Amino acid sequence: MRSYRSRRIAGAAGIFWSFACAFVAAASLLLILGYIVVKGGGALNWQFITQLPRPVGITGGGVANGILGSIITVGIATLIAAPIGVMTGLYLALFARGGFAESVRFLSDVLSGIPSIAIGLFAYSLLVQPFKHFSALSASFAFAVLMLPLLIRTSEEAVRSVPRTILEGALALGMTTFRSTLRIVLPVAWPSIMTGLLLSIARVAGETAPLLFTAFGSQFWELNPTNPMAELALQVFTYAISPYRDWQSQAWGGALLLVMAVFALNILARLLLKSRVSVLR
Amino acid sequence: MAARRLGAQTGSKIVDRLFVAVLFAAAIVFLAIIAGLAIELTRGSLLSLKTFGFRFLWTSEWNPITNIFGALPLIYGTIISSLIAIVLAGVFGIFAAIFLADFAPRALARPLSFIIELLAAVPSVVFGLWGLFVLAPAMRTVIDPALQKVFGFLPIFSGPSYGVGLLTAGVVLALMIVPTVTAFSRDVIATIPVDQREASMSLGATRWETMMKVVVPAARAGIFGAVILALGRALGETIATTMVIGNRPEIAVSLFAPSYTLASVIANEFTEATTDVYLSSLVELGLLLLIVSIIVNGAARMLMWSVFRGARSAR
Repeated sequence: MRSYRSRRIAGAAGIFWSFACAFVAAASLLLILGYIVVKGGGALNWQFITQLPRPVGITGGGVANGILGSIITVGIATLIAAPIGVMTGLYLALFARGGFAESVRFLSDVLSGIPSIAIGLFAYSLLVQPFKHFSALSASFAFAVLMLPLLIRTSEEAVRSVPRTILEGALALGMTTFRSTLRIVLPVAWPSIMTGLLLSIARVAGETAPLLFTAFGSQFWELNPTNPMAELALQVFTYAISPYRDWQSQAWGGALLLVMAVFALNILARLLLKSRVSVLR
Repeated sequence: MAARRLGAQTGSKIVDRLFVAVLFAAAIVFLAIIAGLAIELTRGSLLSLKTFGFRFLWTSEWNPITNIFGALPLIYGTIISSLIAIVLAGVFGIFAAIFLADFAPRALARPLSFIIELLAAVPSVVFGLWGLFVLAPAMRTVIDPALQKVFGFLPIFSGPSYGVGLLTAGVVLALMIVPTVTAFSRDVIATIPVDQREASMSLGATRWETMMKVVVPAARAGIFGAVILALGRALGETIATTMVIGNRPEIAVSLFAPSYTLASVIANEFTEATTDVYLSSLVELGLLLLIVSIIVNGAARMLMWSVFRGARSAR
């Protein structure tokens, strides 16, 4: 039997080691963020977010068309995914029976781990190949598929967190299931559903892989989603692997924009979640 | 289940039935999308499957000029880079989770968890950018030579370093998946009932002994699940890997050597594929990724569910 003293020392050493691991993980991730802020901050200016890209060799220019393209693509994806995701979540929480509900939940969990590039291939064969040209719409479809698992899961949990008694009270007063779900359950669950929506938007806002063969990218302003479209994340990728110094520095600027957008969405989602707690009390 | 009964009791049955039917239709659309994904990727791979059969998986020539495709070097690159990532992220992530779950003072646990979780949201292209311009040069000039000096007798640390390669990709992937390992392991550890900790400590165990001999063994399956889940992410990660692995379809023993992964090949070559069989081979790589990720994620979810369920029934 080891002495109490040596066991105490071993314990303290273990706790310190676990602290060191947490610290190193957080610190190295912060280090990456620091690089993005410093290097990206240097590339950010008004021109960068308001102008079109310029040809190689001409300095200046920006990624404005990419910012707009990303907003359009993610916007359409949200329009596709939100109704399917929220309604599926509602169905799972209120009406689905054992086996069916379990398998939808399981498949949704599994889908959340499927590489985005495979989903990009799916969007390509469904929406690019038949029409013989790339389009923002196909990218939106791929994004929508990527958003669904998180949306379904969070919507289901949001609805589940609404006390059952509220729904039963409404039904007891003679409201239909339809009306009581819409007027009683959804308003209470709404902040949590919005949280899920924001998180799923954040999940795809910086996604790049499926864009390579769906939205494809463009040098111009493009508003028609059936055409190839510029995308910020794609511009960061192309600029980063290009051999031109000018473009590489713009890649850092674009990366900073992406990180800011994703963080803003995440923090907004957390704030909403906090407000929900206060609503319920 | 209660709601179905309740629905039947209320007056305007048609509206209610329609409502439930619409919600059900949404769930069916979701299932159809998943089925469509599997069907489309299989359909796209048929030509390659017919041409190469199972040879596709264990031949190592990837040659777009002669139209001969074997995925072995890509499978090798995918597995090795992910293994490096999972070893690094596993060690740091699990211990970080132990610290955050039980030992960190609240003032420290919250900000640390927040940072680690927020960084899970950083897009992979951003990790790739950092890997390419900051980590890769550091690997070439500092880290790889140092490793070679100490462990140079091992063949995995031999040969020249180009900065980009298997080891660099592994490190970038590790950084990307460490939040996944940490967050899920922490949640699993938190589900182990306090009673068990108290029982162990009342028998005279120190806090650390309680953690390592009681809590961690009880949460073992779930922690394993968290690691497998992170492994799944690493296997399918595309953009960051593409930027730092060197993109060369060769099998080399050295971890410094450039390599290639299933996902990166698709990312780099899909829009340039000129022949049908080339395109089909790339889709087959996607199908391979799909199958592997279904198996890996399915297993991970089962493992984690088992711990969550056990914890619930213990209460």
